[in-house]
Amino acid sequence: MPANFAMNPGDIVRFLPEIILSVMGTFLMVVDPIINKRSSSAFGHISLLALIAALGGSIYAFTQPGPAFGGMLVVDGFATFFRVVVIGVGILTVLGSYRFLERQDAETSEYHALLLFSVAGQCLMAASNDLIMVFIGLEISSIASYVMAGYLRDDKRANEAALKYFLLGSFATAFFLYGVALIYGSTGSINLSEIRAHISTVSPDVKLIGISAALMFVGLGFKVSAAPFQIWAPDVYQGAPTPVSAFLSAGPKAAAFAVFLRIFMTAFEPISDSWQPLVWFSALLSMTVGNFAALRQSNVKRMLAYSSIAHAGYVMVALGARSEVGVSAAMFYLAAYAFMNIGAFAVVSHISGKNERYQTIDDFAGLAQKQPVTAAILTIFMLSLIGVPLTGGFFGKFYIFKAALESHLIWLTVLGLLNSAVAAFYYLRILVMMYMHEPSKATSEVEPLSFSLGTALIVPAIGTLFLGIFPGWVLDFAGKSASMVK
Amino acid sequence: MNLLAIVLFAPLAAFIVALVIPRSLPQSSRAWALISSLITFAASLVLVARFDRDLPTEQLGLDIPWITTPDIHFAISVNGISLWLIMLSTFLTPLCCLISWNSIQSRVKEFFAFLLLLEFGLIGVFLAQDLFLFYVFWEICLVPMYFLIGIWGHDRRIYATVKFFLYTFAGSVLMLTAIIYLYNKTQTFNYSTILDMLASGKLIFAPNEQMLLFLAFFLAFAIKVPLFPVHTWLPDAHVEAPTAGSIMLASVMLKMGTYGILHFCLPLFPSAARTCAPWIVVLAIIGIVYGALVAMVQPNMKKLVAYSSVSHLGFVVLGIFTFTQMGLDGATYQMLNHGISTGALFAIVGLLYERRHSLEIDDFGGVATVAPWLSTAFLVTTLASIGLPMLNNFVGEFLVLQGAAMANFQWAIYASLGVILSACYMLWMYQRVFYGEANHEVQSHVPDLNVREWAVVIPLIAMMVWMGVYSQSFLPQVGKVNARIIEQTNINVPFKVGLTAPSQTEVANAR
Repeated sequence: MPANFAMNPGDIVRFLPEIILSVMGTFLMVVDPIINKRSSSAFGHISLLALIAALGGSIYAFTQPGPAFGGMLVVDGFATFFRVVVIGVGILTVLGSYRFLERQDAETSEYHALLLFSVAGQCLMAASNDLIMVFIGLEISSIASYVMAGYLRDDKRANEAALKYFLLGSFATAFFLYGVALIYGSTGSINLSEIRAHISTVSPDVKLIGISAALMFVGLGFKVSAAPFQIWAPDVYQGAPTPVSAFLSAGPKAAAFAVFLRIFMTAFEPISDSWQPLVWFSALLSMTVGNFAALRQSNVKRMLAYSSIAHAGYVMVALGARSEVGVSAAMFYLAAYAFMNIGAFAVVSHISGKNERYQTIDDFAGLAQKQPVTAAILTIFMLSLIGVPLTGGFFGKFYIFKAALESHLIWLTVLGLLNSAVAAFYYLRILVMMYMHEPSKATSEVEPLSFSLGTALIVPAIGTLFLGIFPGWVLDFAGKSASMVK
Repeated sequence: MNLLAIVLFAPLAAFIVALVIPRSLPQSSRAWALISSLITFAASLVLVARFDRDLPTEQLGLDIPWITTPDIHFAISVNGISLWLIMLSTFLTPLCCLISWNSIQSRVKEFFAFLLLLEFGLIGVFLAQDLFLFYVFWEICLVPMYFLIGIWGHDRRIYATVKFFLYTFAGSVLMLTAIIYLYNKTQTFNYSTILDMLASGKLIFAPNEQMLLFLAFFLAFAIKVPLFPVHTWLPDAHVEAPTAGSIMLASVMLKMGTYGILHFCLPLFPSAARTCAPWIVVLAIIGIVYGALVAMVQPNMKKLVAYSSVSHLGFVVLGIFTFTQMGLDGATYQMLNHGISTGALFAIVGLLYERRHSLEIDDFGGVATVAPWLSTAFLVTTLASIGLPMLNNFVGEFLVLQGAAMANFQWAIYASLGVILSACYMLWMYQRVFYGEANHEVQSHVPDLNVREWAVVIPLIAMMVWMGVYSQSFLPQVGKVNARIIEQTNINVPFKVGLTAPSQTEVANAR
């Protein structure tokens, strides 16, 4: 490893988003006593500003691409893409949280501080080029999100969710760390490019490297909620406060996939023949388990949790294609998925009312008559999750399966697409409820859309349609960045 | 501005305007839908005038790059077949607006908006010359129809609409796989480029490969047609849909499937199509006879008409897979005929439902005495539907049977059973509904046609007579395109002759 750790100005720029987020997170905690109210939306404003600044920071950082801190971080298109995605997820989460927190009378600084720390961790994961940095990012992101899952302290389900998430999550992180230790032991390096060089030049101990790859696969598979490591997701997504569920299903997942792609497409690329079948298996299992389990759910949050397992499966298909096209397809998909899933959860949060009383699919009955705009927006998200053309979800699937076919994975493509036809059924149930039934108690009581939540709905809706009609821009960028992941 | 783009985007623009009309003005929503769809119809008439009847090729093309990687173009053009299918869509949409004028009372704005969106999707399907764009429009059509059935349908509407969506979606994902596969092989989605590559021998499919691709496309289309045994969504969807939904579904959406077979399956995968032809013909004939037999025992008028569609569409598929000029012409003509006559049947059955609030045949009887004009209109439609000479269906069925007889005489014999059976079930229904004693309900609740309803019925009947008497206005263009398609189906046949000699010689002898 290069020994030169002297700071240079470039490093600061490349590390800008993380700096902004951590400083502002700390600042939030400091100003908490100064803001003289038990509950205030000022915290939200501050964290929104911080995230917007970080968004600017990550784009500015991209003007000076290159490695930082002696190669531990690298700012390239790939890192910037995922930084923008996770920060965007953060912004939408904050916007979607205003009304929720106000309703619960729980607008505290720690909620927003934790959110900022978690996003900072995810940014770090996206930019790390070194297994230790990956681990640090993973931990920052995860520990903050464990706490967020249990943020509503008096809610039994939230407590259960947080505890479950914490126990299983730390278990999975331990697996990942074992993998890192083994790889350091066998190759003498934790830098991804060096590991790759080592594996492909020096004839390595394939068994040991295989084991460490498998251990990392377990750890990361947990983080992205891919089967067979998905058990935690339904309970956590259901129990956590809805805006947090939205955040968990999009942000940490995107960051974990960024790491997944970078590690497996860089360090373990030379031994891809041995891990590819695992990825195929996991992809198929995730899609099938997620979709078929979602068919039987009556709780919307739980259903969306299973759906997010299925969507992790689709992204795994892209990884299983093991090509540049596959990487860029996965990137595009994660961006589209972040939009549509956050939006869908935001609508759930809107309907569920105080203390999240209304969470079942039946509670959506007649929404189209009470709030046609909200219903129309949720329709866009549902159609996108199904994969109907002119939405981002469709193009995401299209690119993923195109990549899979290019790698001659015909069976996986056919099974995956048939899976998406199965999935159509449970997404349609929500549309049926909204449009084809008389209003329920929940939709009769639903409050008018607040400005912040309205923004948190309209922005992802426009994003989803934009990615569906003009996918070219994002895809070109993803394609260029994917070629840098080597 | 390209004329095709105007015809295509006029309904989309109308849809967007319809969304803006306030909910409190239902009358304006209705009027706007009617006026805008009439404007689209007028534009499509200009299209017919501009269309060069002497060319068999794609015309008035427009090709704009849409997405660079992969290379997707917004490519549209029109040929002698799609021209008439577009006319059918633009012709029926205003009639659907009229027929729904009073029958739709709840959420009027959304209803008419969805109707316009549906028109956009349908026109797009028939215009698209880029496989990807075709898929996009194919799926877009699903969404408005899903809502039309699900919101304004009858009692079992939700079951019917979900079934409709899932059937079509499941079929189409396999088509998507095949489309992507084709792209990976050719690096283009452009329909005519792929055909050129096939013609010049640059693109050759191995027999297995071709067969799988063909089946992937064909399954999607067969579900839409619907071909026996994947027809089960159709009776549910037709019966539960509101009148306008049934009309658009039967008259235009089913044609997406047959058009797809003609336009994509045959020219792209000729030898697989020929290999499968005997099997598909068997399914088509089963559909013809089975649909007719099941229609005969239906107590519900809409269900009867729905099953009669299964039977009629069987003729279309049969005609296509005879690979003869007669058969293809007849099939194409039958697509249009079925659109007009079944559209009219659904429209008038809808009128009866508005009056009596029942679709059960037993609830009617003696309608002819209280509503003579309505009965006359229905009689003409019935006669057209069973293939009486001088009316439209006769021409199509005749050509299909002739083509079938040329390819394999037995096919014609079995298929003609369908013609006889159709006379049985249609006339029997007519007799039970319109003749006999008028019961009290019928006498008090069934007035004759009013002006608005005349405006729906007259154009349809006029078209039936026109298409029956002077098919020369339509058939030459269709024939030219079909001749081209048949020629394309011969392109790479030689390399597979060894594979399936029997069916091959059969077709060859027939010609």
